[in-house]
Amino acid sequence: MGSGIVSYGVYVPRYRIYPKDIGRIWGQDGAAMGKALNINAKSVPAPDEDAATIAVMAARRTLLRVDVDPQEIGAIFVGSESHPYAVKPTASIVSEAIGAAPHLTAADLEFACKAGTVGMQACLGLINSSNKNIPIDYALAIGSDTSQGAPGNALEYSASAGGVAFLLGHEKVIADIELTMSYTTDTPDFWRREGMKYPSHGERFTGKPAYFKHIQETAEKMMRSMGTGPQDYEYAVFHQPNGKFPITIGKKLGFKMEQIETGLITPYIGNTYSASMMIGLANILDKAKPGDRILAVSYGSGAGSDGFHIVVKDEIERFARERSPLVMEEISHGIPIDYSIYVKFRDKIKMEGE
Amino acid sequence: MGVARYWRQQDQRYNLGGSKCTICNREFFPSRTMCPICHRRSLGKMEKYHFKGFGKVTSFTVVHDPAPGYRSQVPYILATIELEEGDLVLGQIVDCPPSEVEIGSDVEMVFRKLSEEGKSGTIQYGYKFRLK
Ligand SMILES: [Zn+2]
Repeated sequence: MGSGIVSYGVYVPRYRIYPKDIGRIWGQDGAAMGKALNINAKSVPAPDEDAATIAVMAARRTLLRVDVDPQEIGAIFVGSESHPYAVKPTASIVSEAIGAAPHLTAADLEFACKAGTVGMQACLGLINSSNKNIPIDYALAIGSDTSQGAPGNALEYSASAGGVAFLLGHEKVIADIELTMSYTTDTPDFWRREGMKYPSHGERFTGKPAYFKHIQETAEKMMRSMGTGPQDYEYAVFHQPNGKFPITIGKKLGFKMEQIETGLITPYIGNTYSASMMIGLANILDKAKPGDRILAVSYGSGAGSDGFHIVVKDEIERFARERSPLVMEEISHGIPIDYSIYVKFRDKIKMEGE
Repeated sequence: MGVARYWRQQDQRYNLGGSKCTICNREFFPSRTMCPICHRRSLGKMEKYHFKGFGKVTSFTVVHDPAPGYRSQVPYILATIELEEGDLVLGQIVDCPPSEVEIGSDVEMVFRKLSEEGKSGTIQYGYKFRLK
């Protein structure tokens, strides 16, 4: 019995800030920076949004598209590097807000930008081993973040907000996940210590030995196992810390632009961290047809990659995509804000009594 | 409002949890133990009902003097919304300037932070609305 994606849903906050407006404050050529990163705008959460509210919206939109009783969901994992509480799970808030509580297991996951895909693997594990001892037929994996870059830091141009949920199961599957593999090392490319508001990064690590190596190792290992090559996939999607890296790694692996471009969402909304690759995958599923093959590889600093070999099924023809916004619709409603509003929304102003 | 009181109202705030009279099929928000139309006949015949979260603005006001914790959202919009099923609810309309809201505007429920007990306390979540 195949297992895989039963439904999915995305949510991206409406507010947008543009690279030129960030650069102006810090005496940098923001427009050039945006061009170099291939980021035209980044999403900014409203003051009343956080990783939990975004996760709930993505989860609700996922359930709207499929006739699955939320009470049948046996597990919920929320991957994020911006969980609103240090102690108190986002996953239990989601469970309650979508009507899945109380008969399920739930937990928050954390692994920089790949926490959401670890959740997908955990869900698959539970579903594939489902029997009378582990009676879990549906499980929900969510990637949701409201990430911050330190003011003036290069990360400020990319760190954005968004969320995506994938409902996994083995009935009503719209896309089979035929293989998942990972690659993990202890690499200090990016970190944030407990209690610190902004992350730090080791400049010399951010490219070659980190992002590129982990994704390449994972993708090549996956294709060796499946006996496939780049030409066997309609689509390939990779983690996208900016709009450039995924194109570079895609081409290095032998993929053509036509295979990569559908999954590229960071150029429109910035890096949504735990949601980044998964939103790209959602946009692919918005357009995919039965039989299409997708190679999807996430990356999380610190460091690791999770790869998925996905085959789209006939069921996608009956899938009620139209009940929730498609990715391109969702990201088209941008409300521009300037840097001062951004600073206020992101809680960077010290208020009276703080 | 205390942590425990918020927790008891969680279904109401998270999921627009109200009640439905199984005699006359009317839905109520917030939840009632007795139907105001069927009176005593409805006792024990009320069941839980979750509103779908769609409605129309029936009136609204723009708040410039904010409630505690809402300073960063000023000016913000508070509206009474007639839910598709019939009952009225008071809620904030987010993600748009006041100039875009009109009486009769279609809205949908969104899930947002309502308040927090300072930087170290709990965060309260619940429904708000935005234009459809
Ligand atoms: Zn009645």
